[in-house]
Parts: sequence; structure tokens; C-alpha cells
Amino acid sequence: MSQRLVVIGNGMAGARTVEEILARNGDFTVTMFGDEPYGNYNRIMLSNLLAGVETEDGIFLNDLAWYQENGITLNAGVKIQRIDKARKVVFGDDGSETPYDKLIIATGSYAWTPPIKGIHHPKRGYHQGVFAFRTLDDTRAMIRYARDHERAVVIGGGLLGLEAARGLQNHLNHVTLLHAMGHLMNTQLDAKAGSMLKDSIENKLGIDVIVDAMTSEILGKDRVTGVKLGDGTVIECDVVVVAAGIRPNTQVAADSELPVERGIVVDDQMRVRGESDVYAVGECAQHRGEMYGLVAPLWDQAKVLADHITGRDLDAAYTGSKISTKLKVAGIDVASMGLKEPATDEDEVIVYSEPRKGVYKQIIIRDGVLVGATLVGDNRKAAGLIQAFDRGMALPEERAELLFDIGGPAGEVAPADMPDDAQVCNCNGVSKGAICGAVSAGCKTVGGVMDKTRAGKGCGTCKPLVQRIVEWAAGGEVEEDPAASWYVPGVPMPKPELMAAIRKYELKSVSSVFDKLVPGGEHDAKSKMGLASLLKMMWADEYVDERDARFINDRVHGNIQRDGTFSVVPQMKGGVTSPAQLRKIADVAEKYDVPMVKLTGGQRIDLLGVPKEKLPAIWADLDMPSGYAYAKSFRTVKTCVGSDFCRFGVGDSTALGIALEERYQGLEGPGKMKLAVTGCPRNCAEAYCKDLGVVAIDGGKWEIYVGGAAGAHIRKGDLLTTVGTAEEVIRLTGRFLQYYRENANWLERTYTFVPRIGIDRIREIVVDDADGVAADLDAAVEEAVQAYKDPWKERAEPATPGQFRTSLPLTVLPQVPVRS
Amino acid sequence: MTLSTSASSNTRTVLGPLADIPPGEGRSYVVGGETIAVFHLRDGSLRAVSAVCPHKGGPLADGQIDNRVVVCPLHLNAWDLATGCSQSGQPPIDVYPVRADGDLIVLGD
Ligand SMILES: Cc1cc2nc3c(=O)[nH]c(=O)nc-3n(C[C@H](O)[C@H](O)[C@H](O)COP(=O)(O)OP(=O)(O)OC[C@H]3O[C@@H](n4cnc5c(N)ncnc54)[C@H](O)[C@@H]3O)c2cc1C
Ligand code: HEM
Ligand code: SF4
Ligand code: SF4
Ligand code: FES
Repeated sequence: MSQRLVVIGNGMAGARTVEEILARNGDFTVTMFGDEPYGNYNRIMLSNLLAGVETEDGIFLNDLAWYQENGITLNAGVKIQRIDKARKVVFGDDGSETPYDKLIIATGSYAWTPPIKGIHHPKRGYHQGVFAFRTLDDTRAMIRYARDHERAVVIGGGLLGLEAARGLQNHLNHVTLLHAMGHLMNTQLDAKAGSMLKDSIENKLGIDVIVDAMTSEILGKDRVTGVKLGDGTVIECDVVVVAAGIRPNTQVAADSELPVERGIVVDDQMRVRGESDVYAVGECAQHRGEMYGLVAPLWDQAKVLADHITGRDLDAAYTGSKISTKLKVAGIDVASMGLKEPATDEDEVIVYSEPRKGVYKQIIIRDGVLVGATLVGDNRKAAGLIQAFDRGMALPEERAELLFDIGGPAGEVAPADMPDDAQVCNCNGVSKGAICGAVSAGCKTVGGVMDKTRAGKGCGTCKPLVQRIVEWAAGGEVEEDPAASWYVPGVPMPKPELMAAIRKYELKSVSSVFDKLVPGGEHDAKSKMGLASLLKMMWADEYVDERDARFINDRVHGNIQRDGTFSVVPQMKGGVTSPAQLRKIADVAEKYDVPMVKLTGGQRIDLLGVPKEKLPAIWADLDMPSGYAYAKSFRTVKTCVGSDFCRFGVGDSTALGIALEERYQGLEGPGKMKLAVTGCPRNCAEAYCKDLGVVAIDGGKWEIYVGGAAGAHIRKGDLLTTVGTAEEVIRLTGRFLQYYRENANWLERTYTFVPRIGIDRIREIVVDDADGVAADLDAAVEEAVQAYKDPWKERAEPATPGQFRTSLPLTVLPQVPVRS
Repeated sequence: MTLSTSASSNTRTVLGPLADIPPGEGRSYVVGGETIAVFHLRDGSLRAVSAVCPHKGGPLADGQIDNRVVVCPLHLNAWDLATGCSQSGQPPIDVYPVRADGDLIVLGD
């Protein structure tokens, strides 16, 4: 028989916990008691309801039908007065007695009112015109009353008070905000940020703010006519909203001999201390001395509770939450997390302040991790900071990147501000609405949503925005994507582990990796290309090349085009050509009716629109090596004319570019490798924004930059080192590229790889040989160089049957007669 | 569609030798005016689907496969080879019965 589960409190934590239990197929007969006469609504949205941007219907999370469908008995409007632990029953204020096997207390909090003279009315609870801001009933009454009145005072300058003040502006003309402390939001913000916020609230929103304001009395006989402050000031008003704080609803627990300190004391499984069948969750619970007043921690608590009570995972433990807030009061963004001020002299503090615009940013770093951040007036970096804070992620060396978008696309928009039809992924045409749809259909990981919608699967620039939309749509409930750390989605291992396993079992073909390393041995189409690249890098000549592991581009050595034809880009080392070469290309283009001949961004000539079956013949007529303009590999080395011709040139950039391309042509890697050599810092060959760029400087020296990009993402490369000879450039280039090949994730370009590892660390390894691996890197890249074969030589005989047979009805396919 | 009706009325069509399709790859055939992509799975079995990607006309036979799905080479949408259903919200593709008979590929039941 199923056990009887009773839940006291039908608010956000109680209802969510029940949902989590249902999701785990918990076998319970559930009875819920809620003091409020409704189903379960989203308390957070009361701010929006007050502000008039949300309707009452819109804020309900679970309507009465949901309770019925799930066999839950809801006693809405019934308050539980006492629990009898010994008999295991709860007593309601309607005289009911309800037995339980397991009990969950989720009674939340109530609005606290400071002891102010005249705030209460002896008969009516609050004085007429005085409101709290906690429940739907509070909000309804406040709106109804405010509509017919003129001036409001809000007591309390924290999160809730600010929301109330903004919302009230919708309903009446004048709002004054009184705050007892020295600055607004003093629990989250330092004095500087608080005063910046005050200025914005006053100037942008037109709300009067008075700090250090002790309210001593509510004036008015039958109804409110004003408030009086400690210094005697009187502010006339006809509505007062008290948002001075919350206190947990612990009376029931205390009356029933359960341990109550500030809140109901629970252990890491959310069980009330010393009780095996009573749990507490939400704002009423005190865990490891902490109480929480935001929803994100409640979600975590609900999961652990559900895991434990259903027996799904008896070891599940809640270990506390790191609190971060991000909100928008009308036009003003505020985000805060962790420390609001540095705690020790060693804490690294970075501050940016621009009072005229009302922008203030502060971050606090300790031992390389983010321990606190405050943003006012500009939340564009909030999502990233919250993530870094929650997960203790490594931070960019360039600290300014934490506060600003440097070189990235400007103007990050908040998901909440985007219309549903706003296009997020410009490559695959995915709208914000489609992403939210996938989330509400149950997809709770960023990777899952990307798979479902294809958002972020084009050039990838929109990935951060997709992530923010998913986080926003899931209401802080994004699940960690285990696959995020894997090298490819189909083999559950990060790259170092994967490489170790491949070496251990001597796996030399892609299918053998699936067979050996994937539980169940399932193959995965989307992982084949990444594995093929890795195995080829690891085994060079010994790699067992299964042709189906290759992407079509690598099967036929051309870049597939939108109509299924291919492009042919012959090698043109350093972008240098000759009349004979040009003549040959021209002849071929004419002979094969090539629809378009175009100069590429990589200083070469592209023959576009070549049908697959013509590729071998074209290669034969060209008799030039492949330019690899289709592979995840070493692409081109762009050069400028350099000292040979240019009057500014200080180094022979063309010769060095040709030498680099000669040596590293066709080198495969986790991503494309685009290089350039430029003959002086005027940078005509754009070397500063290449995966590896070389710049000649006066005195016969060469600077080497790595990690640059000028595609969808723009980044200037970091200076790796300066060397004196072309030979050193060539050697360090090989070493760096090999280090990248061995350590980057699949499709991770150097512009993410270099900042991830850090340029200083890369320099230690590649230039200073601090890890003693330089010789190995040199040897490995040498082996790869020796293994190079021009793929366009593979043309006399197809490598596989039908290698060059067309796959679309562009030309004649084998016609199979149909017998009826 | 002409082909599916003829296929369901027990038409059997020999497409060619099994050896024409390397393991894990696909090739296109024109059958009675329809172009279909036939895949030779690594588990040895065969699958046949419409050859033209419903998204933007990509050549599905040039796509990469595993034992379940084909991934179009143009924009990497994926379809289940057994049911024809898209895994990324695209319209479905047609699926045809196909099998190996000795060393021949036979389309039809
Ligand atoms: C206006 C407003 C805006 C907010 N904005 C945000 C925000 O932007 N972000 C954020 O993270 N958080 C926000 N919060 C806080 C958030 O709403 C709370 O943290 C959350 O609702 C707490 O959930 P809970 O289930 O613990 O308590 P509640 O949601 O308060 O639920 C407790 C329920 O138990 C009932 N109850 C209490 N005692 C008994 C009893 N003895 N018998 C029966 N029923 C009982 C109560 O009536 C109540 O319905 C906001 C809160 C308010 C009021
Ligand atoms: C199927 C899609 C694409 C095709 C067919 C294509 C084709 C090409 C070709 C043929 C070149 C010349 C390369 C060379 O000479 O080596 C090139 C260069 C370039 N491509 Fe693409 N490309 C594609 C996608 C992209 C995407 C998605 C981006 C950006 C995110 C991009 C950014 C670039 C840049 C920046 C260059 C110039 C490289 C340089 O100056 O060295 N390409 N592209
Ligand atoms: S060549 Fe590059 S920029 Fe041009 S359409 Fe294709 S992906 Fe976009
Ligand atoms: S980068 Fe310097 S050397 Fe090269 S072409 Fe430009 S000005 Fe001349
Ligand atoms: S054409 Fe096939 S995925 Fe776009």
C-alpha cells in the first residue's frame, strides 16, 4: 500500500517538492494543506502582477485540475495548527485530523512589520491603507486600494521594497521609499553601489528615496494620512506598504516540539533534526545555520528531499546554496552575489564606476576564483559572473573581460526583454520562442536544447545567448549537462581520459572506440568526425582509416556547397602564385564550366560548384596539391609582400609563410588553423587575428601571436614570444600547434583554447619547456608532417566504391528499371 | 508517392551489389523516377530513405550515419533511419523497405 504523505504549506517549495516526488514515481497518497485559498502560484510574479505586466491567470503554476490529475487532495484555505508527532496526525483549523506516514513542512514566511505606532488597527489587523506584500490577497487588496488614492510610502529599501515601489507607480502618482539603513539593498550592495542605485531610482523612475529613515508613526485616524519619521518629518500619503523583511512561519513546528532556532532545523537530507519521518523545506527551513529567501535554493532542496523520501537516492545531500540575485527594477539592472565588500587585504578587488550613466561594477576575487560581484545599471555580464561564482570556474587573466565584452559582439540583451520571435541563431534561424518551447517541453540542459532546435549549431557565436535564454526559461533550473565536458557527445569521457583509454586499449579505428568505450557499444554519427581527427593525430600512420568516420568533405576532399556540389581550392602557399599556375587554373575552369571562380579570404582561388563526379578529373588537370579549404586542419598562411617589395617591410614574410605552409600543410586538428605572416606591424596580412600570426619587427625579429580570430568571433591574439630567426618561428609554430592538437576539445578553436589554458601557461610549456614536453611535442608534430599525403593524389582509383558518385539527381545516377 | 505504393504492392527491385556501398556509408539510386538514399549500416543491415533532405535539399547519402540516424551534411539535422522521424524538428523523410539478398541489395518487402 502506498504511504500517506502530508504536506503543510502549498507555496512554491511545497508544491515543487511534490512535483519532484511525482517525477520520481514516488508511491504516496498525497494530502496538501495551504493557508491560502488557492492552488499554487508563482509568488515571484506578484511583483509583475503589481506592475501590471502579468495577469492573475498568468501566475498560477498548478491549477486545481493538476491536483486532481495527480490524485492529490488539496485542502486550500485550511491552516494546520498542530502536529502530534507521537500519533502522527496533523490538526487543521477546520477541526480536521489527518494521519500521515511522512510529513513535509513547507510553511514559508510571513511579512514582518516593525513595531511602528499606529501600524495595526485594533479591529482590522492592519490600519486601513496599510499593506504587506507577500500573498496574492495582499497584492489584490493593494492594487484595489491604490487605484483610488494618490500618494504611497513604501517602508523598506530591499529587493521587495524596490519592487513594490516600482509596481505602485502604476497605480498612483507619487511614491516615496523609506529605508532605515544608510543605503538601498544593504544586504546585497556596498554603500557605493547602493547610492548609485538610489540616484537611478530617483532620476530615472521619479521615486523619492529617503535613507536612514526610521518610521516612528503611521498617522491618520480611520485611515492613513501620512507617516512620521524619527526626526519629526511628516510625509503625507494615503497608502503605506510595509516591506521590511520576512520571518519564517515556525509556530506550528514550535508548538509541536520540533527543533526551531531561527527556522526549523533540518539536516542534509532536509529531515527535521532528530525526526525520521518529518521533513522541512523552503524558507521555513534552517540548514547548516542558513536561511534562504530566494527560490533557487528551494529547488535544490526539493530535489534532495524527493530523492531521499522516495528512496531514489538515500545518499542525496543538500550542502547549501550560493546566493546570487539578478533583477531589473524598471530600467535598472542589479546583480549581486557573494561578498559585497572585500574581507581580507589579499582579496583582489576590481571596480568600475560611471556615475553619469548610473553604472557600477565590482568584483572580488580570492585565490583566482570569484567570491563576490556587484553590478548596477548594466547586467550584461551577470549570467557569466553567476556561473563563474556558482561553479568556482577559472577566470580570464584579463580581468576586464569579466566586466566588459571585449572585442565580442556588443550589446547583450536580457532574454526577458526579447520578443518571442526574435531570431537568436542567425545560422539556423531559431527564435527565442522555439528555445523556450524546447525548455517547457522538458529539455533542461543547454546541450539538449541545442540538439532539439539546432540553435547554436552554426557558427556558434550565439551559444552564450542560447545558454542565457535556456537559463532564463528554465527559471534557474538548468541541469548540468554531463556531456558538456566530453570530447564528443557519444563517448562519455573528457579528452584526457579518452586519450588514455585509446592508448591503453590500442584503439586505432573509430568503430573500435565505440565498441570498447561506450557502455552498450552504441555508435554515434555526430561523434565520428571528432574521433577520426583524434585517432589520426594519435596514431598517424597506424590509424585505421574507416572512410565512413569521415565527414563528406574529407571523403572527397572538397567543401560541400548548398546544392551538393563541391569547391576546389588548390594550394597556393603563402598566397603566392605564378602566371603558369593562373593559366592552368583558368584552363581548368573553362574546360569544366566552373560556375564561379572566386578569391578566398585565405588568399587563394576557389573553383565553386564542381559536381562530385568531376573532382578527380579536375585535380588531375590542375595537378596542384589540395589547399585543405574543407577540413578541420591547417588551412592557409596568408602573407603580405614583406621586405622583398614593400617599402615598409622589415622581414621576409612571404618566404616564411611559404615555409610554414610547406611544412605544416594538411595537419589535422580539433579545429581549423589559420595562420598569417606579416612583414611589419602595419599588419596587412592580418596576423594579429589568426590562430597563429607572425609579425616581423625591426631588428630582424619575429613576434608570434596565438589565439586570434576574425570570424564570427573577433579576438586579438596573445603574444606568445618574440624570436630572432625564421627557424625558431617554424619550430615554435609546430610545437604550439601540436600542443593545441593534443589538448583542445573537438571544434574548440584557438581563440577559446588559448584563454582557457592561459597564455602564460602556454608560454611556460611551449616556449620555456617548463613541463619538459617540448621534445615530445616536436617529435609528434614531425611524425605528422612525415605522414602527410596530398589527398588529391587519391584520384586514379576511387578509395571506396562510388566515392565520387553523385548523391543528388544532378546528373545521371544508376537507373534501375522498375518491374511491375 | 509512386515508389511507396509500388513497394507496398510487393514489388522487388534489385538495386545492385551490396559491395557498392561501403560499410557505414550511403549511396543514391534512382528508382522509377524517385531518388533514394540507401545506407549500409555497420551492423550489416540496410536502410533506404528519400535522398533529398527536406530541410534545404541536402544530399542525405553524403551524410554520416550510425546504427540509428543519418545526419545531413549541410546543416547537420538528423533523422531516424528506421522511422524517418526528425530529431530536430524537421519534417520527416520517407522510409522504404530494403534488405540484402545474398550479395545483392533488394528494395521492397
Ligand atoms: C513580491 C515577491 C517577489 C519575490 N521575488 C523573488 C524573486 O525575484 N526571486 C526569488 O528568488 N525570490 C523572490 N521572492 C521570494 C520567493 O517568493 C520565496 O522565496 C518563495 O516563495 C518561498 O517559498 P516557500 O514555499 O518556502 O514559501 P511560500 O511560497 O510562502 O509558501 C508557504 C505557504 O505555506 C502556507 N502556510 C504557512 N503556514 C501554514 C500552515 N500552518 N498551514 C497551512 N499552510 C500554511 C502559506 O500560506 C504559503 O502559501 C519574492 C517574494 C515576494 C513576496
Ligand atoms: C559551409 C560554410 C562555409 C564555406 C563553404 C566556407 C568556405 C570558405 C573558404 C573556401 C575560405 C577560404 C579558405 C582558404 O582559402 O583556405 C574561407 C575562409 C574563411 N572563412 Fe569560411 N566557409 C564556411 C563557413 C564559415 C563560417 C561559419 C565562418 C565564420 C564563423 C567562416 C569564416 C571564414 C573566415 C574568417 C575566412 C577567412 C580566413 C582567412 O582570412 O584566413 N567560414 N571560407
Ligand atoms: S561563406 Fe561564410 S559568411 Fe558567407 S554565407 Fe557562407 S558561412 Fe556565411
Ligand atoms: S605588413 Fe608591413 S611589410 Fe607587410 S605589406 Fe603591410 S606595410 Fe608592408
Ligand atoms: S539541407 Fe539537410 S540539414 Fe539543411
